[in-house]
Amino acid sequence: MHPITRTILHRLGLGALTLFIVSIVIFVMVLLLPGDFAKAILGQSATPETVQAFQKEIGLDKPAYVRYGNWIAGAVQGDFGKSYTSRVGYTRTVAEIIMPRLANTLFLALMTAFIAVPLALALGILAALHRNSLFDRVVNAVTLSTISMPEFFMAYILMLFLAVKLRLFPGLASVDADTEFFTRIYKCVLPSLTLTLVIVAYMMRMTRAAIINLLASPYIEMARLKGISKARIILRHALPNAWAPIVNVIAFNLAYLIVGVVVVETVFTYPGIGQLMVDAVRTRDMPVVQACALIFAVTYIGLNLTADIISIATNPRLLHPR
Amino acid sequence: MGNDNLKRTARAKGEILLEMRGVMIEGESDDVWHQIVKGIDLTLRRGEVLGLIGESGAGKSTLGVAAMGFARPGCRFNGGTVTFDGIDLLKASDEERRKLRGSRISYVAQSAAAAFNPAHRLIDQTVETETQHGVRSMAESIADAQDLYGRLRLPNPTTIGMRYPHQVSGGQLQRVMTAMAMTCRPDLIIFDEPTTALDVTTQVEVLASIRSIVEEFNTAAIYITHDLAVVAQMAHRIMVLRHGKLVEEALTRDMLAEPKEVYTKSLWAVRKLAKQESTTDDLILQVDHVDAAYGNAVKILDDVSVTVPRGRTVAVVGESGSGKSTLARVVTGLLPPSKGSVKFNGSPLPPALPQRDKESLRRIQMIYQSADTALNPRHRVYDIIGRPLTFYHGLRGKQLDLRISELLKMIELDDSYMDRLPGEISGGQKQRVCIARALAAKPDLIICDEVTSALDQIVQEEILKLLLRLQVEFGISYLFITHDIATVRAIADEIVVMNQGKVVQQGQKTKVLSPPYPAYTELLLSSVPEMDPDWLTNLLQKRQAKAK
Amino acid sequence: MAEAVMDKKVPKARRSKVATALRELKKAPLTAWFGMIVLAIYVLFAVFAPLIAPFKEAEVMGDAFMPWEAPYYLGTDQLGRDMLTRMIFAARNSMGIAFAATALAFVSGGLLGVLCALLKGWFDQIVSRLVDAIMAIPSLIFALMVLSIFKQPTATNIILVIGIVDATRVFRLTRAVAMNVVALDFVEAAKLRGEKIGWVVFREIVPNIMPPLVTEFGLRYCFVFLTISALSFLGLGLQPPTADWGLMVRENSTLITYGDITPLLPAGAIALLTVAINFIVDWFLNKTSGLRDGQ
Repeated sequence: MHPITRTILHRLGLGALTLFIVSIVIFVMVLLLPGDFAKAILGQSATPETVQAFQKEIGLDKPAYVRYGNWIAGAVQGDFGKSYTSRVGYTRTVAEIIMPRLANTLFLALMTAFIAVPLALALGILAALHRNSLFDRVVNAVTLSTISMPEFFMAYILMLFLAVKLRLFPGLASVDADTEFFTRIYKCVLPSLTLTLVIVAYMMRMTRAAIINLLASPYIEMARLKGISKARIILRHALPNAWAPIVNVIAFNLAYLIVGVVVVETVFTYPGIGQLMVDAVRTRDMPVVQACALIFAVTYIGLNLTADIISIATNPRLLHPR
Repeated sequence: MGNDNLKRTARAKGEILLEMRGVMIEGESDDVWHQIVKGIDLTLRRGEVLGLIGESGAGKSTLGVAAMGFARPGCRFNGGTVTFDGIDLLKASDEERRKLRGSRISYVAQSAAAAFNPAHRLIDQTVETETQHGVRSMAESIADAQDLYGRLRLPNPTTIGMRYPHQVSGGQLQRVMTAMAMTCRPDLIIFDEPTTALDVTTQVEVLASIRSIVEEFNTAAIYITHDLAVVAQMAHRIMVLRHGKLVEEALTRDMLAEPKEVYTKSLWAVRKLAKQESTTDDLILQVDHVDAAYGNAVKILDDVSVTVPRGRTVAVVGESGSGKSTLARVVTGLLPPSKGSVKFNGSPLPPALPQRDKESLRRIQMIYQSADTALNPRHRVYDIIGRPLTFYHGLRGKQLDLRISELLKMIELDDSYMDRLPGEISGGQKQRVCIARALAAKPDLIICDEVTSALDQIVQEEILKLLLRLQVEFGISYLFITHDIATVRAIADEIVVMNQGKVVQQGQKTKVLSPPYPAYTELLLSSVPEMDPDWLTNLLQKRQAKAK
Repeated sequence: MAEAVMDKKVPKARRSKVATALRELKKAPLTAWFGMIVLAIYVLFAVFAPLIAPFKEAEVMGDAFMPWEAPYYLGTDQLGRDMLTRMIFAARNSMGIAFAATALAFVSGGLLGVLCALLKGWFDQIVSRLVDAIMAIPSLIFALMVLSIFKQPTATNIILVIGIVDATRVFRLTRAVAMNVVALDFVEAAKLRGEKIGWVVFREIVPNIMPPLVTEFGLRYCFVFLTISALSFLGLGLQPPTADWGLMVRENSTLITYGDITPLLPAGAIALLTVAINFIVDWFLNKTSGLRDGQ
């Protein structure tokens, strides 16, 4: 077998193993719930019969591994069970709650990534090439401050100035399924801008570090001593080796975006999956919490796996084995 | 090629090609600038090979790249001039300098594995300079590169260029880099320790090919190394550097015949030591038909038997990958053998470290190649030497202080060193502290793993003398692992020659070092450079004659 | 003679350590000084909160949302409590809880990391896989998930959850750093001497991994602080009536829509502290990396 295939398969296997452990960790959360939890969900007025019926409904009479099997088998097909907010005669599946929210969050994340990734890479590479210049120092100090600030601080400042004082953009990003594409973009400007500010700072700093590290390689010095032009050194000698670090930086930061989403959606009351999860945690709607956590984890693992596979596929040592 | 003819006549005249006057270079560390090269004059004529020699920190490599008008990141010129063929390199524009580099002055780096871009084929990197400088077309360049590969005696010159850097061996890579430096037929090549990372047997081949190609094209060269015997084969003239200053400059033969400065003489100090060998039948260590491997991989040791007589030194010599360090790991119990046994003082040692009792651990001590990593940088000398005393002998308080003081005296250091951290003492002193730590256990056997390789020559001599004296005083046996034949001559009673996990030969020093040799011993011994400018020439002739 | 001279040198070398530290401090850039001064003020406020604050932590003083006038220099909050008082008490609560969580993360994650680096084998494999899995869930998400089990998040719950989640990150770093140290000969020398694992860990390895860990402590503290603030802001952190900056932003957030900057005060307090710590850490990082180049 070609070493690339072997390494990628190995990596995929590890990813699957991680996912498996993650799913167990997420599942075990429900097992840790205290005994009186059904009562808390159903309210103090619940009769012992309704409590029992509820416990049976969520499968508490079956052993844990059976429930895990059912849960994971459903999850694979997109069926996360029923929300605890379901009542007799009024069923709400987790999937129908999550799907529109997930779409909203993906829209926001994609819009942010579209602006943030090219911007951060450009700034990072420029700062690395002009190391210790005024530009580098300014960008460095600004980004260091930005990454230190909580997302909600940034969000409220933007809201105060751009929405309340200048009235340029709406302060609340209320969208629904019928919102038109451009209206949607318009309403998402503030949340997206907040997220962009947060991850551009991280991504730019990491890009800069990765490029500086690369430019310190002995083969770059050799290229300079061979009298190769600057442009050719960057395009021909640095770039082919830069894919792996850059892709890793992007994946790491897109994964970081997930966390930012939770807070930013709450500030701008944007109906996304982050806000949904916060609400579900507050009402202890466990199936929704688990589904959200699993979706976040799968995204995170997926992004990192993609980055790893791209790194492997561009590694000359693996591409051209002995 | 009229141009070529012109060059050759110019060379014949021996006009001055490179002139460096009062060159000063400083480097930054921790926001402080300190002088690395402290005002050096250097003159090089066309076709001449100049050797730059010195120990670590002498500034020789910095001076080498300075000849290209280049200062490494974190370094800068702060005085002097560099004139190459009438061009002032320090005043020239970046673009002018760039055009000279690679085409008229080229560079061969120490670590070929790191200096080649892993993403491109060797041939593409070899011809890059000439195609980029517009010297030749791509097709001509490739043909020429293949021709150079052939002259440098690389195997399969027409196809080897299609490989990637990690697909060829270190010695081959170093020769490809020489070919790359030669493509534009430069006037000057800087060789920056090109063979330091190679084994001696490979080194001979690389030296021979570098020397012949430089002679063939009458290229001027600066050859940087820390090994006087190597530079003696390559250079017409030698400059000895120390702490960024010139110590002595002379023609190679004159310098070897009568060095003027004390420092220059000290550069081959170890070569003057020779221990009178002696023997005994009383064996302290018997390694019996041992096989060993890491995990399920290939055997690193294959049926190895070695004996160490009591109170004597057995030197284990071999190149990297010969298994000599693995032998030490088997004896210490770090790597239990998969077959065979280790007997100590006549009784078998448990194979694995956790099974051994304190007493048998105490009796075998170890000294490492790098004292920097062998001493915990956060422990003071007092604690380093004191720990085995407390641990094995239960010494405390006043007794402990007295004993530590005694041990310091044995290694020729005074009590003031007790309070020092390893970072506050020199390399040689660190190695002495390691010796004291081993002595503190009162061992029967000390395993010395390349203990002098990381040290400067003069310090090597002192450490070897100390080890010899301690052996006489306390009757300690040494298992001495090294790749350096001069060190073997200096310290050994018996020699074990290892190659690819097997013992080639064990015997008395004089026997092993004199003919008739087994084939590998012959190859190994003959490949060790000697302080004779004609050594390489004679060796190549001998080998050629034999081949016929 | 030589000995006498040497004897005098030794104490000098030791004294110079303090001198070196002072010299380094003098050379510290403006940003680092700014960071150190801000941090010192925060710590003072946190320690002496009851002495400095004009009123009691949860005392209702007057109407809700009173303007910035004496004696309520920063106005009152949504229940009519003095904003300034609550800001000061929040310093104690928010900083304290984050410190406890970070300390927990370092003790547990750090020790486990060193052990894995030293023992290797199956122990390392199992722990590393588990840590990989937990790290695959973003820490805020993981914290939310775990907190959903409890009826009401308490300070102890939060410290435990955040401490353990963050321990995974500390574990990764410590293991990597300790791996480098374990590979050094002095660790092997200690093993060959027959030393017990406790000696090897605490005497040989731990002293050598402290410098990067101290820097990491600063960074992780910021991160933990921000995570806990985010939790409080989401209403899933410290519960009222405790004063906490994240919670105060949440409680007063409606004011923003009227153009009032009061909710930005606690948010700004968080930002200023983390910026300050980051400036100090940045200076440390530059200094240590510079030293490494020099050697």
